[in-house]
Amino acid sequence: MSVLLDIRGVTRRYPRPRKRLFQEEAPLVAVDNVSVQIAQGRTLGIVGESGSGKSTLARMVMAFEAPDAGEVLFEGKNIHALTRRELQALRPEFQMIFQDPFGSLDPRRSVGWSVAQPLRAAGRTADPALIARTLEQVGLRAADVDRFPHQFSGGQRQRIAIARAIVTRPKLLVADEAVSALDVSVRAQILNLLMDLQEEMGLGILFISHDLAVVSSLCDDLLVLRNGVVVEQGSAAGILNAPGHEYTHTLLTAARLELQGEGAA
Amino acid sequence: MTTRAINLRIGAFLVIVLSAVALLSLVWTPYDHTMLSVTEKFRPTSAAHWLGTDQLGRDVLSLLMAASVNSLAVAFIAVGVGGAIGTALGLTASACGGWVETAIMRLADLGFAFPALLFAIMLAAAFGPSLSNAILAIAFINVPIFARVARGAANQIWTRDYVLAGRAAGASQFSLTVEHVLPNISAALIVQATIEFAVAILAEAALSYLGLGAQPPMPSWGRMLNEAQTLMYLAPQLAIYPGLCIIAAVLGFGLLGDGLRDVSDPRLARGRA
Repeated sequence: MSVLLDIRGVTRRYPRPRKRLFQEEAPLVAVDNVSVQIAQGRTLGIVGESGSGKSTLARMVMAFEAPDAGEVLFEGKNIHALTRRELQALRPEFQMIFQDPFGSLDPRRSVGWSVAQPLRAAGRTADPALIARTLEQVGLRAADVDRFPHQFSGGQRQRIAIARAIVTRPKLLVADEAVSALDVSVRAQILNLLMDLQEEMGLGILFISHDLAVVSSLCDDLLVLRNGVVVEQGSAAGILNAPGHEYTHTLLTAARLELQGEGAA
Repeated sequence: MTTRAINLRIGAFLVIVLSAVALLSLVWTPYDHTMLSVTEKFRPTSAAHWLGTDQLGRDVLSLLMAASVNSLAVAFIAVGVGGAIGTALGLTASACGGWVETAIMRLADLGFAFPALLFAIMLAAAFGPSLSNAILAIAFINVPIFARVARGAANQIWTRDYVLAGRAAGASQFSLTVEHVLPNISAALIVQATIEFAVAILAEAALSYLGLGAQPPMPSWGRMLNEAQTLMYLAPQLAIYPGLCIIAAVLGFGLLGDGLRDVSDPRLARGRA
């Protein structure tokens, strides 16, 4: 199986404001020397609590910001070394789903407009038949193109966001807490949708979550982050059955408690 | 009815009446406002002259009506031109960030430090007093105002996920600005434009009062005030009428702007689910 995404020793530091005049504050290391790979058609889960560097990693994979050290290779190309034009040409290959389905769609734009955006940006024609087909693929109706985001529920909006992400037939999908803002029942539907799409399109998925229960149902491999440092890394089944680190264990216990709580409710 | 709804309604009412009168004056005024008449000087209110006549025998109502066009046109052009340039600069600053943003905003600060009146006097000294120089001066003060408002509002929009999604989609900074940022800050810009309209009308009146704006025989509320001030004891109504017009216009646009701002406040406009 070919390697789709190769993250090599990536580090990202953020400068912190000075507290003293003559003493520089040590920078905040959001991501510290992380290396991981995603193969085509596989799902890598990245878990960790808030502030563990998950989203920073996602932002670097999406080339929204550049690492201070290390490189991110997409199909062997260092995406941070590309020119703006080259990066723009490559963008249809890797797309992203955001956490907040209310914030990731422009309230002033119709569903069809938003879903077609990646096609337009890539200079392709936004074929209405393709938009309609993509909407149906994510469980919406073709007639929804003319409606606006506020007319949809959270789960439906997330489906729209997914439609936008897959309309260019990407190879990699980055999902940053993509189901965290959704109800439990809707969450399962969206997770199923992602798995179906993966099977259909052979998508590689980078799935970021603080919730191990969600990750366990979806991921092949797992990376546990804490304060930007890799705590544990390996196959999802292996880690979930026998966590090798206390931190992972804590996360697992928390996830089980939450599951029980939801079961009781 | 809430206070802000009342503000909005009063403002809208005044603006609509003013605009209607201005439009009407383009096709009809009771008399030709340039018509002088030595025999008709200082006439009081009558059926023939609803608001009387001035020291040159001109019909005051006709003068006020004709001047309203002048006032609105100056404000419209000045705010339009200044607002467009300022908005473009603010959007550029916000989209580029870094030293470009710093440079543009420091220039805007410089513009803020420059009183419009001083600038108008400078222009008058260099090129002679004229209405176009007054428009230029008023447009000039609007540039930094709109640059600041546009940049502030745009910076907020840039942090939204849908802009990030647009970036992920591969859209350029320019198309993100045009497709997402500008439409989503338009409410803030319209509100600001309405408020600046009031300021511009006041500024035009002030400049014309000082003789730096509309030149005779072009009618202007500010110049009518100026001409009336030596006659204050003889015919105070000649100062009161244009004064009331200025108040009504400034109040109208001010209230409308404030009302629109309240209505367009997203926290009030739609609650999040």
